[in-house]
Amino acid sequence: MLYSAFSQRPKHLDPAQAYASDEYDFISQIYEPPLQYHYLKRPYTLMPATAAHLPKPQFFDAHDRRLPENASAASVAYSVYELRVREGILYAPHPAFARDPSGKPTYMGLRREDLRDKSRLLDFRKTGTRELTARDYIYQIKRLAHPRVHSPILGHMSEYIIGLKEYSEQLVAEDKKLGAAREPGDASPFLELDQSEISGVTEVDRYTWRIRIKGKYPQFSYWLAMPFFAPVPVEVDRFYSQAGMAEKNITLDWYPVGTGPYMLTENDPNSRMVLERNPNFRGEPYPSEGEATDTANGLLVDAGKLGPFIDKVVYSREKEGIPYWNKFMQGYYDQSGISNDNFDNAVRVAATGDAGLSEVMEARGIRLKTSVATSSYYLAFNWLDNVVGGQGDAAQRERGRKLRQAISIAVDFDELISIFANGRGIPGQGPIPPGIFGFRDGLQGINPVVYEAKGDKVQRRSIDTAKRLLVEAGYPGGRDARTGQPLVLYLDTTAQGPGDKARLDWYRKQFEKINIQLDIRTTDWNRFQEKVRKGNTQMFFLGWNADYPDPENFLFLLYGPNAAVRFDGENKANFQNAEFDRLFEQMKNMDNGPVRQGIIDRMVGILREEAPWVWGFHPKDYGLYHAWLSNVKPNQMARNGLKFYRLDAQAREQMRAQWNRPRVWPLFLVLLLLVLAATPAVRGWRERERRSETVRQPQPDPT
Amino acid sequence: MIAYILRRCLYAVVILIGVNLVTFLLFFKVNTPDDMARMQLGAKRVTVEAIALWKADRGYDRPLIFNAEAQGVARLTDTLYFTKSLEMFRLEFGRADDGRDIAFEIRSRMWPSLMLAVPVFLLSLLVYISFALLMAFFRATYLDFWGVAICVGMMSVSALFYIIGGQYLVAKIWSLVPISGYAGGVDSVRFLVLPIAVGVIGGIGSGARWYRTIFLEEVGKDYVRTARAKGLGEVAVFYGHVLRNALIPILTGSVVAIPLLFMGSLLTESFFGIPGLGSYTIEAIQAQDFGVVRAMVFIGSVLYMIGLVLTDISYTLVDPRVRFE
Repeated sequence: MLYSAFSQRPKHLDPAQAYASDEYDFISQIYEPPLQYHYLKRPYTLMPATAAHLPKPQFFDAHDRRLPENASAASVAYSVYELRVREGILYAPHPAFARDPSGKPTYMGLRREDLRDKSRLLDFRKTGTRELTARDYIYQIKRLAHPRVHSPILGHMSEYIIGLKEYSEQLVAEDKKLGAAREPGDASPFLELDQSEISGVTEVDRYTWRIRIKGKYPQFSYWLAMPFFAPVPVEVDRFYSQAGMAEKNITLDWYPVGTGPYMLTENDPNSRMVLERNPNFRGEPYPSEGEATDTANGLLVDAGKLGPFIDKVVYSREKEGIPYWNKFMQGYYDQSGISNDNFDNAVRVAATGDAGLSEVMEARGIRLKTSVATSSYYLAFNWLDNVVGGQGDAAQRERGRKLRQAISIAVDFDELISIFANGRGIPGQGPIPPGIFGFRDGLQGINPVVYEAKGDKVQRRSIDTAKRLLVEAGYPGGRDARTGQPLVLYLDTTAQGPGDKARLDWYRKQFEKINIQLDIRTTDWNRFQEKVRKGNTQMFFLGWNADYPDPENFLFLLYGPNAAVRFDGENKANFQNAEFDRLFEQMKNMDNGPVRQGIIDRMVGILREEAPWVWGFHPKDYGLYHAWLSNVKPNQMARNGLKFYRLDAQAREQMRAQWNRPRVWPLFLVLLLLVLAATPAVRGWRERERRSETVRQPQPDPT
Repeated sequence: MIAYILRRCLYAVVILIGVNLVTFLLFFKVNTPDDMARMQLGAKRVTVEAIALWKADRGYDRPLIFNAEAQGVARLTDTLYFTKSLEMFRLEFGRADDGRDIAFEIRSRMWPSLMLAVPVFLLSLLVYISFALLMAFFRATYLDFWGVAICVGMMSVSALFYIIGGQYLVAKIWSLVPISGYAGGVDSVRFLVLPIAVGVIGGIGSGARWYRTIFLEEVGKDYVRTARAKGLGEVAVFYGHVLRNALIPILTGSVVAIPLLFMGSLLTESFFGIPGLGSYTIEAIQAQDFGVVRAMVFIGSVLYMIGLVLTDISYTLVDPRVRFE
């Protein structure tokens, strides 16, 4: 049994809705999309999960003629992904599959009164299973369009999956009709998704289905490794849609069911959630190849053996970091992250910058594993702003560019990482984080606007360089050369708690280095988002976590037609550059290789020169693991590695007993102190009573 | 008494409508339905269509308080306020914005809160009153002086210190109980011992000083002097007269808190991993979940008013002179 913890309750466990990492921690063990990421290989590599093999897209022109694999994106009208699921894969036991002897579903057509004695899924005693089919995957794609499910990727997928938009509109109209016919107080009626089909999604046979995608979209394969494309059987959806179920929280969002290695047997997101081995899981062989260092790190010992190796995983909710940390140190949790408060106790950073464990940690056999997150945190300039933006005539654009470059040098993210993140991060040299194709390491990858190479060392450009750029921008000494007014810039942020003050002061100091006054405008998250959407900002901080390991997923954040103000897209800086946009369109549909790398280099070069962001940092994740837990390798793209973890429960019990021997003597000491403290009171009490008695004694008559 | 209670119930309805309206206006002053939709749909790849669909599905596409496009009564009833807030009076709490049933959530979370709050409440009363009586009994002696000094010292320490210190000393160093966690039934005892002890000890300073003040005020009254003049012992004076007469101010502070016990404790529950209601409201505010906020504010108001009525009733039990007029 593995013990772990979670701090935030997962909002959704429905694979059509879940999109956050704390939700994926659970559903990735339960649901199986057709594809998955290799557990050990880096860079991240796709491999089949339930699919028989990796799909190879076929390209067609507007006349349905097949095109070669290397066809240009412009010539491709649509791509076809044909997926075949392996036969014999079974769902975890679930009441929706239970059937009576006549073959009828046991728990279908239930009335509210039938649910009187049922308050959780376990109260449905009979369960069954069935084989996974292509139909279940098609059904889930339909669920993305369900008007009551609100899948976050519906809008995005509607741009690619042929017919999904039309299907979605049809469902909205159908749902309105059902809603109008519904009597007040009645449960929401079941919306029949199989009444019509999505024109671009077809069932070929029991195990095969095809998805037609508009144009060429190589990144679609990555989406097929996300739970959005995991199978959901129609009978499960029907089961949960019966009257009275939702009032008891018996919903697909609460009790997921899949074909994965684990099933959720207890769901109390306020207290604990329990995953248990799915008895119908076929077993998955532990990978037999990985990175060069994996053998030395003992990560290939179990090669070829069938996982999962752990029967049960108990996740307890720990809202606060202190008890979580203490319980990890006691051995009651098998793994933990490191908060800023505990960093100094846990980690020792060598003069070389390498992180190692402190003596206390090493004495307990704890191991540290680090990995750079596939995320970028950045300080964005609003391209539409008159001062820091990139609009106007050539002279104005040039002034803005020099100003942004000066600020990029002045705001020292190396220092921020050191002060506020205990060194857990690497300064950004561009939008693409390490681990993603297109990222360049070492001297080749430095941003020449902010850094310069001195021999084989890299150092930040001097503040004098920044000041010179500021002069060229028309702000000598931080004053507007034309008006003589001091240059005041505005930073919008949601940070406003007492804990944020140090960081906000640090920002001010960075700008003061080049005599720019920084006015920090703090606001709540809603207003902040609104300001960014409407372009009412000058500078702001944001971050982005990769959906999939492709440079397109980062470079699209600066693609003109994705601008937030004009197109409500993810280009929050509203950056606009015709050359960059042209290269992006060329790059996004290419296979990884030297040609693509060359284009990416040019794109990143444009970005560094134009500096629409200060290239912030890519955080580093630090994980601690007890010695009895093995086969752990952090994976930034997938969270389904639990099936390969191995645990030595006996060693854990021994260490727990050794580390946590109860000490009873302090209780006796406390008791003794209380007795000692009470003694004067008791004596005083008796004394008073004695005196009262004396006063009450009849006194002899003096006469 | 029945007439009095009925009258208080009628007042309560008016107060509840007011509280409901203020909550509604404050909430929507800070969050718009669009903000709520964005919060629920996530920060990535949210489209305008998705927001519109979410609002329509959850009923947040209506005007807030007045529907100019509707006719007749529907101008007031076909509004967000009417449809979302006033259904509270039918005790229909509806669903949280993440789709979960609010009544179910409250039912399942109130028991752990009560398991913690009721023992803390009862033990606190017992310990604080006893300690305060002792200090009053030994008033103006070194015992009283040091008692007050200890109380002031304990009052000056943050509640967080008691929690973290308690966990560190009792659970981590002495390994006598688990640091945090919760289990149902008898098993809950080992998880609750420490938070209950911390809850009681953490409040001794302020609690005992407050009760001491009440007792000292009573001790100086004429009837106490008369009792002593008649030859009654100090113990009889304190337990037979002072304690009884001090009950009214004690009840004022205590009975009103009884119904609110089930609302839980934010800090203690968070640190000790008790799955109670303590953080439900604050989490809902952070998640911009109007459904939960309105339900919890409504329940809080109702319980507070019940507490006030119970306090009034309890006065008649300890002091026969009190009449409901």
